[in-house]
Amino acid sequence: MREIRYLEALSEALREEMRRDPRVVVIGEDIRHSLRGMTKGILQEFGPNRIFDTPISEAGFTGLATGAAMAGMRPVVEFQINALLFLAFDQLVDQALKLRYMMGGQGKVPVTYILPASGARPGLAGQHADHPYPLLLHMGMKAAMPSTPRDAKGLFTAALRDDDPVMIFAPAALGGTRGPVPEGDFVIQLGQAEVKRKGNDMTIVAVGPLVPAALKVAEELAGDGISAEVVDPRSLLPIDHETIVGSVRKTGRVVIFDDSNRTCGFAAELAAIIADEAFESLRAPVKRVTRADVPVPFSPPLENYVLPTRDKLLAKCRALAKA
Amino acid sequence: MLRPVAKGVKAMEKATLLSLYRTMRLIRRFEERIVELINRNEIPGVTHEYVGEEAVATGVCSVLRPDDVITSTHRGHGHILAKGGQPRRMIAELMGRESGYNRGRGGSMHIADLSLGIYGANGIVGAGAPIACGAAFAAKLNGKDRVAVAFFGDGATNQGVVHEAMNLAAIWSLPVIFVCENNGYAISASIKEMATIERLSDRARGYGMPGEWVDGMDVLAVRGAAEKAVAHARRGEGPTFLECRTYRFVGHFTAERALNIRYRGDEEIAEWRKRDPVETFPAWLEREGIATAAETEGVRREVEGALEDAIAFARASPFPQGEEALDGMYATSYPNLPARGV
Repeated sequence: MREIRYLEALSEALREEMRRDPRVVVIGEDIRHSLRGMTKGILQEFGPNRIFDTPISEAGFTGLATGAAMAGMRPVVEFQINALLFLAFDQLVDQALKLRYMMGGQGKVPVTYILPASGARPGLAGQHADHPYPLLLHMGMKAAMPSTPRDAKGLFTAALRDDDPVMIFAPAALGGTRGPVPEGDFVIQLGQAEVKRKGNDMTIVAVGPLVPAALKVAEELAGDGISAEVVDPRSLLPIDHETIVGSVRKTGRVVIFDDSNRTCGFAAELAAIIADEAFESLRAPVKRVTRADVPVPFSPPLENYVLPTRDKLLAKCRALAKA
Repeated sequence: MLRPVAKGVKAMEKATLLSLYRTMRLIRRFEERIVELINRNEIPGVTHEYVGEEAVATGVCSVLRPDDVITSTHRGHGHILAKGGQPRRMIAELMGRESGYNRGRGGSMHIADLSLGIYGANGIVGAGAPIACGAAFAAKLNGKDRVAVAFFGDGATNQGVVHEAMNLAAIWSLPVIFVCENNGYAISASIKEMATIERLSDRARGYGMPGEWVDGMDVLAVRGAAEKAVAHARRGEGPTFLECRTYRFVGHFTAERALNIRYRGDEEIAEWRKRDPVETFPAWLEREGIATAAETEGVRREVEGALEDAIAFARASPFPQGEEALDGMYATSYPNLPARGV
């Protein structure tokens, strides 16, 4: 199979859907010139009535997408960084997400939010490195965080065809990674985790940008004689309980490796699901490697201390193997 | 006071003039009946009554088509009635019944009927403005001459998202009418303290759109100004900011009286009440010989009958079942969604 980059896979999914469905329009900041690389070529192929550069008005254009979706369009909204979600939070949560329910099931709001530079990259500091997806999941926003180019195309396409607001967190750290991606129509339904590496002694549930690091750790653990299974939830909401819990039932040990904050984070939710549904299989406490609850600091040693890293996961897994 | 009869007004059909009166009277009596029902605990919670502001929703919606879109506010009953909302399904919603517009999921602050272009009342001040822009954006892209009206109060003119929406509408020349119902107070805060300009519509110039100020107690003046703004939008010439100066005769919400807070004097309320459109308009119709006293009385009787019928309908309607509370959240469903609480 041909190999393309992660950002190209996102771009391909979007362009294929735009060819298929004239209701799909793209709205965001600096997208005609494709600052983030995902919307490259869209203006040239589809013209100015399908792609709209907005003013710096995150709440405004998020709300505009909601109204357009209620009126029959299928807008795609790009946010340059995750912190911009905070500026649009009322429009995302109180409006786009709640309106259908509050209206008694009338209408639908098929907007896809795409964050093609999600999470941390070195040196971005406190306001450009957030990964606040648990806030959205907490309120019921469907979301996915693909970790490979293949998953990026499949999950983004599923989001584009979903009739509800869906958020695709595309980690900045993975934008340049290459991998095999099917050509043509390709969908991965939300709610389906994937076992990225099989193993028997412990489970590493790794999310988004941390999946490649988890696979490397599993390789190192294999050198120690520890067989680690790596499960990638892929879809953040809905969550695939069966695959995650099934793996823990088999291995009896689990580390959750997640790039959101500690308190009420995504790892906390997974830990609760595992405790609830696989308690009798656990042979050791559920462990988490996550961000610390401070803004991401600028200086490399500080940043390294706060973010979940491969070294921290390796240490945690080694300790857990002995527990 | 209402102006002397203008030539155009005389020419306006009697049926139209009586229907303007009917809508204003319906809104007024709807709100009065709702307060009774709240006080009798037949409606949970509180509502925000539109008493005094009837001429604004009535005048604006009288020039809209069924396929035009409105976004409304926490004080939304008037907009919804004026856009054609059925009292039966509104009161059923307020009583939390399955036959309500929102099947009991929304209540007063979220009543919506997408088939009438009512994109919902809204509990967040100013939040409907960008949503109205979105409906207008869709109309424009699809080559339809539909327009969208965003209703909001004076308080919302200081809300960031309203500024964002106005700028978006202006740069893309969207067919939106921003209708500011300036009733002088954001709950207890006088607009005189919260803005330095006398006319909020002056802000329109800053966005490069026409700004109009109109007496919001005069339904014909509102209708005339709205007609102009709507025609402008339908022609593809973009948005208008239409400020309607009006007044709320009652508290911000049903329970305000019990709080015993005082932010305006009785004299001020009494002065504005002299200009009550629900009283002055039918008097004017009679005085000008447009309608007889029997005809305006006929409107009142008809409104009372419609409300009696609506209340009876709502009372007879079943409540939704508790376990149905998880329905309707998502249009595309998946297992495990939405998560249950137990």
